[in-house]
Order: sequence, then C-alpha cells, then structure tokens
Amino acid sequence: MSFLELLYFIIPSAIFYAAPLILTAIGGVFTERSGVVNIGLEGIMIVGAASSIIFNLTFAGQLGDATPWLGLLVAMVFGILISLILAVAAVSLRADQTVSGVALNMLGLAVAVFIVKMIYDKGQTDSITERFSRFDIPLLSDIPIIGKMFFVDVYATSILAIAVAIIAWYVIYKTPFGLRLRSVGEHPMAADTMGVNVTKMRYVAVMISGALGGIGGAIYAQAISGNFGASTISGQGFMAIAAMIFGKWHPLGALGAALFFGFAQALSVVGGSIPYVQDVPDIFLLILPYVLTVLALAGFIGKAHAPKASGVPYIKGKR
Amino acid sequence: MSKRLVNILVPLISILLGLIIGAIVMAVSGFNPIDGYVALWNGIFMDTYTMGETVRQITPYIFSGLAVAFAFRTGLFNIGVEGQLIMGWLAAAWVGQAFELPAVIHVPVALIAAAAAGALWAFIPGLLKAKLQVHEVIVTIMMNYTALHVVNALIGVISGGEERTEKIHESASLRSDFLETITDYSRMHWGFLIALLAVVIMWFILQKTTLGYELKAVGFNKNASEYAGMNVNKNIILAMVISGAFAGLGGAMEALGTFENMSKLHASTGIGFDGIAVALLGANQPFGVLLGAILFGALKNGGLNMPSEAGVPTEIVSIVIALIIFFVASGYIIRVALERFGKKRKEEK
Repeated sequence: MSFLELLYFIIPSAIFYAAPLILTAIGGVFTERSGVVNIGLEGIMIVGAASSIIFNLTFAGQLGDATPWLGLLVAMVFGILISLILAVAAVSLRADQTVSGVALNMLGLAVAVFIVKMIYDKGQTDSITERFSRFDIPLLSDIPIIGKMFFVDVYATSILAIAVAIIAWYVIYKTPFGLRLRSVGEHPMAADTMGVNVTKMRYVAVMISGALGGIGGAIYAQAISGNFGASTISGQGFMAIAAMIFGKWHPLGALGAALFFGFAQALSVVGGSIPYVQDVPDIFLLILPYVLTVLALAGFIGKAHAPKASGVPYIKGKR
Repeated sequence: MSKRLVNILVPLISILLGLIIGAIVMAVSGFNPIDGYVALWNGIFMDTYTMGETVRQITPYIFSGLAVAFAFRTGLFNIGVEGQLIMGWLAAAWVGQAFELPAVIHVPVALIAAAAAGALWAFIPGLLKAKLQVHEVIVTIMMNYTALHVVNALIGVISGGEERTEKIHESASLRSDFLETITDYSRMHWGFLIALLAVVIMWFILQKTTLGYELKAVGFNKNASEYAGMNVNKNIILAMVISGAFAGLGGAMEALGTFENMSKLHASTGIGFDGIAVALLGANQPFGVLLGAILFGALKNGGLNMPSEAGVPTEIVSIVIALIIFFVASGYIIRVALERFGKKRKEEK
C-alpha cells in the first residue's frame, strides 16, 4: 500500500470517527465558557444515542432515508431535556458542578438502559437498518489527490460537525451573545453589573451542550455502532472533554483536537492493516488522547487555561 | 433547628425523595412500585445467601467511599478512584496467582501491592496538582480511561493472551469455608473486616495524628496552612496517595475475595464513581462513609433481584442513587426549606 493510498484510507475514517467528538466537544466549550463545568457530557451522549436508536428502530419503516436525520433531532431534544437537570442543579440550586455532572452520567446511563430493557426486554437493541450513508461531493471530489482524500465517500454528519464548529467559533467570538457568554464565564459579577443575566446565559449554554452532546451521541450510534447497549458510549463523552481541553476551550481548537483523537481512534481500529502501525500495540493508540490531555494540562504542549469562573456557582451579592 | 440536625436531615430527606421518585418512575413505566421495592428488600435480606452477597457488595464501596472522602478532606476531588481501584485489582490478582507463599504472608503482600498500585496511580495527579497546579478532576478522569486500557493490555500479557488472569492461589484468597457455610455459599469474604479496619484507620489519621490535622487544615484553607508553616504541596500529594491506597485496597477486595481473578473490562466497574455518592452521602466522615456504603451497596445488590421478582430492570436502582446524589448535592434548597419550616414553627409558638 503506497503512502497516498494510506491517506485515502485513513483520513476519511479519522473524520468519520471524529464527528461525534467534535459536536460534543463544542457543546463542552459552550458550557465551560459560561462558567459551568459539564462532566455530564458522557451521560448526555448516552441519552442521545439511545433515543436516536429507539426512534430509528421504531420509525425506519415509515420514514425511510430521512430516519437517521430525524433521529438526530429527537436526540437533540432529549439531550436538552437531560441537560436541564444539570442546569437546575448546578445553576439554580448551586450544587457542586462536578458532583452533579457525575450524577448526570449515572442517571443518563441508567435511564437509557432502563428504557431499552422496558421496550425490548433485553439490554441491547437490534441493529438499525437506516444508517447514515456516504456520498461523493460533486466537483470537489474530482480535484486530484485532495479530492480523493477529503471529498470521496463523505458522511454528511462529518460536514455537519465541521460546520457546527465554525458556526460556534463565529457565535462565541463575533456576536454579542458570545461576548456575554465569555464574560459570564470569566467574571460573572462584572457581567451581572453590566446587565447580563448570568443565570439565563448559563442555562442557555448548558442547553446548547445538551443539544450538541445529544446529536453527537446520535451520530455515534447511527453511524458507528448501529445499535445501543450499556457499553455503546464508553468514554466518548470524556474524550470530548479531553478534546475541549486539548483545544484550549476554543471551538476551532476543539475541532482540531477532536480530529486528531478521531485519527488515533481510526488508527486503533484499522491500524492492523497498515505497515508500521500494525507493529505498534493497540494500547498506545487507545490511551493517546488521554495521555496527551494530561500533558497539555501540565503545560508540556502549551499552557491550557480554563475560563476563570468555570466550576463556581454564581451567587448574587457574594464577593 | 440546630445545624447538626439539619446536617442529618438533608441526606435522609434526599434518600426519601430519591426513593419516592424511583417509585413514580416505576409507576409511570407500568410497574408496581410496591412489588419493586419488596423485591429490592428481598434482594438484600431474603436469606443468608443474599445477606452474604450484600455484605460482599458493600465491602469495596466502603473503600471507594473512603478514598473519595479522604481526598475531599484535603480539598481534592479524586474522580480517579475508578482507575486506582482497577490498578489495585490487577496488582492483587497478579500477586495472588504469580507467587506461592504461606497465607499469613501472601494476603498482606497482595493487599500491599494493591494499595501501592492505587497509590502510584493517584500520585501522578497529586504531583501535577502540587507542582504545576493542574486541576486534579480532569487529570484523574483521563487516568481512569488510561487505567482501563492499560489494565486490559496487562491482563493479556499476564495471562498469555487470555481474557482473564488465572485464579489466585488458595493462600491469597480472603474467602473461607466458614463464611461459605454460614451464608449458603455466597461470595462473602473476610474483606469486610479489613474494610471496617480501614474506616477506623481513616478516622484515626484524620482525628488523632498531626498528619491528619495538617491535611484537614490544607483542605480548609491552603494559604493559612502555608502561612502556619505547613508544606502544602507535600500534604496534597500525601492526601492523593493515601486516597489512592484506599482505592487500590477496594480493588484487592474484588481480586482476593469476590472474583479471585480479573477479567478484561469493557467499561468502568462503577465502584469508583459510586464511591463519590457514598462519600457525599456520608459527608466525608469515616463513619458516615460506612453508612453510605451500606446503603448503596445494599441497594445495588438488592436491585439484582428486581428483574426476576418484579420484572423491573435493575437500572432503577442506579436511577435512585443518581437522584439521591442530585438531592444531596443540591442540599442548599433542602436547607432553605428546612430553615423556613423551622422559622414558621417558632413563630407559631
């Protein structure tokens, strides 16, 4: 296999594996930028994955090709609903954000498996029949080399993920909403004094992460795993958090980090058929994202700074 | 209302609210909540076998709860108990099967190996926190997944490509004929005595030693402790290491008692994450942790009986536990409600 053929093979699958991570990591960027730590992304992804699969299995017969896309919408709605629990606990009731996030993960998994068992009488669903399909992008796919690398056999979900990352960058850095969001995360009291509604901003941010995390989970379920069970999403949410930190709380940074982690995942899945890579034990590719995140945090790969007020409940009038 | 009473009432009300919402969830899902809770009760107390299994389930929860609570007293949030626990599990399982020693030496050596493995895994985030001010929450989360993959790879190496390690030698096992006889061949083992001892040790360290005093002081106020001449960095690392050792011992309970080996894990065991719930409910006090572990361990084990007896999926127990955590964590609102209630009573008088 020549090097170029290798790239044709590995780059599309890297982007394919990265899509759920990108969306969920962007969701994480929104909450952390507003000053809420969202450890619960894993739980949100699980709920998104489960709801989309159940929807897909139930309505595939009537809806046909549109099913996975509507599944994304369903997952988005349920993602928002479950994230509201975190918003209420962490923003309104001043609960410890990390603890509520952990509880959300537990709740998400338990509720999802509970409902799957109730409906199907078993812990794992059947495989869906209507999956996301690939297509070639006209014109662009005819460009030599690059066309074959990026524009052949593309999943529409990958395009969606990259588009969302760019939109998120625009929203966070170029709009009044984004400015308010960041100010709430850096110095909520100052923002409050200037008339920004801290509680509202944080609710909106958590709900955005619920929506994106739900979609991320749904893409993972409907494009990669094809069914839902208790271990379908195991660590994807945390890997998204890792991507967010590795990307230094910046949407485009998170996009890059998620693509890189997707690359590592793709290598660990298809690496067996690639010269040199097949000699590297799986384990190193599997732990790569996590180790890199620790190194990034430790400042070996440029210092990563969290938003200042991240993790601190805002209590009006308290200095 | 006195502060002490409120502190006891908040977890009790949280447990009650959790169970009530659990009942509502069952009712809405078309199950009979009373049947469900009867099945839960039977799954905890039905006969000597289930009671033995309940104690078995509680044992590692005591350790994971102590691990979270100990770090918390120094102001550290150790979410990495899960990873430290499976490192300890593997270390104990390996020592248990690789060496042949008399039982009096074998068991302690396996326990020490587990504690050391857990401590080592917790040392890294402790060091990063102390020297580079890296937040321990994210590092420990990342290390959980690193541990999961590392352990799976090591199991493959140790067993020569098998899915699980060999069974440990008799001399390293915490199980006993006596316990098997009185509990109708449950997997209950002597580990619960070690766990109770650990509770006392944590209480002793925190309340009766200079080290404990310093650890708590750092937890209350880092700057004041530094000003008083304490070595904050050393205390942060020590707190993480001791916390990790407790977690590692929790893993040893699974290796030397419950399973007597270690199989590759597809996902987290959940014991470490449940430890956060246990510590939270026990207000990070050693004896509070014991009570929390008894409650959650019993619920978890009892939940296993719910599908067969009442047709309710086991996950209802996890839902209830997650809700209890939410309520305890949101204790602020319960406190406000209790205060209002207390005030009204006073005015009426």
